[in-house]
Amino acid sequence: MPRPGFVLDVDRSTPPILFWNGEGLRLERLPAERSRVIYAPEPVDALRDPDAAVRKALLEPMDSDPLPDRLQAGMRLTIAFDDISLPLPPMRRPDNRQRIIEAVLDLAAAAGVDDVHLIAALALHRRMTEDELRHAVGDRVYDAFAPRGLLYNHDAEDPDGMVEIGATPHGEVVRMNKRAAESDLLVYVNINLVAMDGGWKSTATGLADYRSLRHHHNVKTMQASKSFMDQHKSELHSSNWRMGEVLKANGPPIFQIESTLNTDTFPAPFEFLTKREWEWSARDRGLYLGTAKGLAALPGRTNRRILHGIRSPHAMTSVQAGDVDAVHARTTEIVYRQQLVAVEGQTDVLTLGLPYIGPYNVNSILNPVLVMCLGLGYFFNLYRGKPLVRPGGVLIMTHPTRCEFHPVHHPSYIDFFEQVLADTTDPVEVEARFEKQFAEDEWYRHLYRTSYAYHGVHPFYMWYWGAHALDHLGGGSHVIIVGGEPRSVRRLGFRPASTMTDALEMASDHVGREPTITHFHTPPLMMADVS
Amino acid sequence: MRLSAGPVRTALERLRPARAIGRLEFPYRAPTVPAGVGLPSVRSTVGADYDTDWARRFPARWTRTVLLETVVRGTVRALARPEVRGLDRLDDLRRRAESDDGVASVIFAANHHSHLDSAVLLSSLPEPWRYKVFVGAAADYFFTNKVTSAASALALNAIPIERSKVARRSAGQAEALLREGWSLVIFPEGGRSPDGWGQDHKGGAAWLATRADVAVVPVHIEGTGAILAKGDKRPSPGRSTVTFGAPLRGDAGEDGRALAVRIERSIAALADESGSDWYTARLRAHRDETPALTGPTGGSWRRAWARGARRRGRASASAGLTPRWPDLG
Repeated sequence: MPRPGFVLDVDRSTPPILFWNGEGLRLERLPAERSRVIYAPEPVDALRDPDAAVRKALLEPMDSDPLPDRLQAGMRLTIAFDDISLPLPPMRRPDNRQRIIEAVLDLAAAAGVDDVHLIAALALHRRMTEDELRHAVGDRVYDAFAPRGLLYNHDAEDPDGMVEIGATPHGEVVRMNKRAAESDLLVYVNINLVAMDGGWKSTATGLADYRSLRHHHNVKTMQASKSFMDQHKSELHSSNWRMGEVLKANGPPIFQIESTLNTDTFPAPFEFLTKREWEWSARDRGLYLGTAKGLAALPGRTNRRILHGIRSPHAMTSVQAGDVDAVHARTTEIVYRQQLVAVEGQTDVLTLGLPYIGPYNVNSILNPVLVMCLGLGYFFNLYRGKPLVRPGGVLIMTHPTRCEFHPVHHPSYIDFFEQVLADTTDPVEVEARFEKQFAEDEWYRHLYRTSYAYHGVHPFYMWYWGAHALDHLGGGSHVIIVGGEPRSVRRLGFRPASTMTDALEMASDHVGREPTITHFHTPPLMMADVS
Repeated sequence: MRLSAGPVRTALERLRPARAIGRLEFPYRAPTVPAGVGLPSVRSTVGADYDTDWARRFPARWTRTVLLETVVRGTVRALARPEVRGLDRLDDLRRRAESDDGVASVIFAANHHSHLDSAVLLSSLPEPWRYKVFVGAAADYFFTNKVTSAASALALNAIPIERSKVARRSAGQAEALLREGWSLVIFPEGGRSPDGWGQDHKGGAAWLATRADVAVVPVHIEGTGAILAKGDKRPSPGRSTVTFGAPLRGDAGEDGRALAVRIERSIAALADESGSDWYTARLRAHRDETPALTGPTGGSWRRAWARGARRRGRASASAGLTPRWPDLG
């Protein structure tokens, strides 16, 4: 029976706490009597027979006819699936997408469907490489479709590849991948790692373009999303759901398939990373020392190769299919049940150890802009109710924040960092003055379409992603990065500190000498249910 | 220096050991039995009666592991260069086995073209089955005398299976081993293909699976027939493909014969997948148009012709995947 998450009050006998530090690890001793550590629930049991569960979901869907009844010979079937940003770290084969897509295709084959396209719904993310596609959908599906051009990445900048479906009452234009829009049935295959994923966000965002995305990927919407993980208080989701209504009325019939994963994040020999420190055995301690010292001694490139080579033992915990709203309600309930940890009250200082990986740097580099997004955009928003840190509080993160960028994956990030952030870090000003220029830049457009680059506008979205946190904390001076490269950290508008002790000293400017401290001990992923 | 014909060469030829042994007569070799004379029954220690228990004890297992990882793997790599597909289909089985703290016994049922098949399949098996597996081998071929019996038992952990009659001992031994956690490699066709096409399946694998309540993993091996076919004296190195299928279990109330049909169909579908692509194979399987492993009926030339066409089909299918030159008018 997996143990639920819990909040540990730090006392003098509490051992130092593990902090991720990018591609490294560190142990930090938190002040006794006024610190607490939030530990994630242990991974829930996986489905014993996931393939049978997938088949059952397709045959007995929610608020929909069984999938076989919706398939017939001569139809146009499109299967869209989540891209490389999910799950994190990438899971061991077979990926949930492979299991589900094979089951869907098996039914399509039984119905004699010949016209099938598979599309990686990556919106403005970078294209997936052949290896990444093979990992997601499996070799069998890849070999059957990709060589004939029937399995490909969504291209939001293809002038002939997008169509307008309509507009919401709020004036939000809904545009979609043309092939998906003109299909007799669109099957969307999703992986829900956190509560933010899935629902109408799958189709309304994953298969959209800049002209559609800008209606909800903007500073105003992000600041009004409290949090992204709480669908009912997220303006980002409200906008996507309004777009979903348009898709329901004028778009293709959609059959949504969502699956959830447990939080079994690291395989042997890295299991100690998810254990509670006082339960580390001699072997775990040895492994920690070996790993931490080894990563510290090796060059960053080697560390990345080791860490990005990790294939997570995540396992499927549920799968549901059918109507988008019904399916997503059930999925969210399951994710909450797995990940929520009840936390009483807010804190003056929130500490986070940022790992080496986020949604936008799989097989890549977590550059300074993505550090901001991971800390302030993702981890800060892993709450329901209220943020873990009080308004005007301080956020302390550990990460080296080196001024390193992947030149193929993140070309526009480099210019964003050097040109835009050198001028201003205010999200509203950034949006007003620079967004359009980057979004419509022909070179970035070319790289997005033909290379493996994120879209020109993507770094802006990363910056907006952290806008709610910046607004809540009271600006960049309330964010301290321990161990961060001073030049990069200052460019982000934050403050660098050498040690945790220094950071707490610096935090006293805002929260006094004896602040309460909460450490959010993740990964594995969890959500704080703050009362 | 080449030997010239003459008395020296004749003398050397006379000294060749095989010929020398062949010339031995009673009492240096066993007596022939006069027609119409019955022999007193002597308990046989070879064939289906060969006792292979020793081959599953520590020294033999250790020796076999070393042999598999060195001689067998090296030979297989040199001769057959197998590409292994579909291992992900076994992941759930493996995970379940690990969570149950033991090795879940499995029957690997494969098509059979060549003596290389056992070696190729054994060296392609994933953990946790690789080192705890036994092979069902024809009692009348591999266990004819003590030397071949011992070699088969040691190298393959083979147990003798009667091909010509139903033998309680063979089946009982296989079932007992499956229940003890050993997995079985078996070729349900009962022997190597004589002409490159498959043969009708015998029901042993399905019967055992139902009896011991274990899963059957269909496996298709492609290419070994071209490397060392039945009757070939020397191997011609080439490539091979081993495709593992999704595990099959007997449904409630399903008898062994129905399961045997499903196993045969699954291997045929894997063969189709190996020769085309997964979705095309699934489309054909659902239309009940999966090409049979046994090939067309008719004269031997028509079967040979069809086999050639099948190979050409593969070649042209892969040619269709190469980029086309643009039409410049």
